[in-house]
Amino acid sequence: MADLLDSPYLILVLLILGALGFALVPLGLAALWARCFSPAKPGLIKNATYECGLESKGDAWVQFHVQYYLYAIIFLIFDVETIFLLPFAVSFLQLPPGAFVAMMIFLLLLVEGLVWAWQKGVLRWK
Amino acid sequence: MDEGLRSELQKQGIFTTTLEEIYNWGRKNSVWPLGFGLACCAIEMIAASMSRWDLARFGAEVFRPSPRQADLMIVAGTVTKKMAPQVVRLYNQMPEPKYVIAMGACAISGGPFKQGYNVLKGIDRYIPVDVHIPGCPPRPEALLHAFITLQRKITEQQLTGPNRPRHLRRDAPSEFPIPEYGAHDLVPPSHPGLWRPPGLVR
Repeated sequence: MADLLDSPYLILVLLILGALGFALVPLGLAALWARCFSPAKPGLIKNATYECGLESKGDAWVQFHVQYYLYAIIFLIFDVETIFLLPFAVSFLQLPPGAFVAMMIFLLLLVEGLVWAWQKGVLRWK
Repeated sequence: MDEGLRSELQKQGIFTTTLEEIYNWGRKNSVWPLGFGLACCAIEMIAASMSRWDLARFGAEVFRPSPRQADLMIVAGTVTKKMAPQVVRLYNQMPEPKYVIAMGACAISGGPFKQGYNVLKGIDRYIPVDVHIPGCPPRPEALLHAFITLQRKITEQQLTGPNRPRHLRRDAPSEFPIPEYGAHDLVPPSHPGLWRPPGLVR
């Protein structure tokens, strides 16, 4: 017993006990209060996932139609086109004829893609 | 405890309290409202929470964006029949104890839009309202007054006994039925156990 009291780790044990008590006593008091005075009333609506007031509908694992992929590709093409067109328009008067021809070929390729997509009926949403 | 003895002790610098009092004192000074507005009254509610009227003086400046963290629902504005189920659902999702202030003529009775086919004639048809404030819109001072009234109500709530409030009774419901869209009106048009309009006594 005397060894135990002389141990340098005794103070650590005491500190740990104090820390545990400091954390657990308020938690215990809160739990006791809840037991005595505030009955838990869970319910279907109360435990619902969403908190925005609206009911969630359907499943979260929605599958998108594969057609959406083509729409996204076409959008991306014209998105990139806009990025190129803007500096082209700004520096139009300073450009050599070669650059103009190159840009026209680029636009032609995009328009060709659009015509192809149109003919395939991609733009018609079913 | 005897009131006379209590004030006598207070003069000597000894303050006494009860568990109930200190619990209610803590609750009434940290009411967290749910941050949502339905119409123009919401602007007055926002003004009341800002520095000029400063709702923070009463411990209610913490507007929560989630019903799970809110104690007080300030129904600020016209409740349309489209919106009513959402309001009731949000109320249901708030934890107990929860309070409701119906702010403005619309929230208490439909107000100037009462004749509208799409306007709910008072949110107290579906959820229990603690304080009604008239006005179109009420001034922020009126909201402060309603808030102080609510604080007074919280102070007087008893922890035990037959007169204890709804949230302390195990059998009292926490959720209220949510109305559904019917062919012509919300179904049911009001919560029958909750809404008892005063009848004419001749």
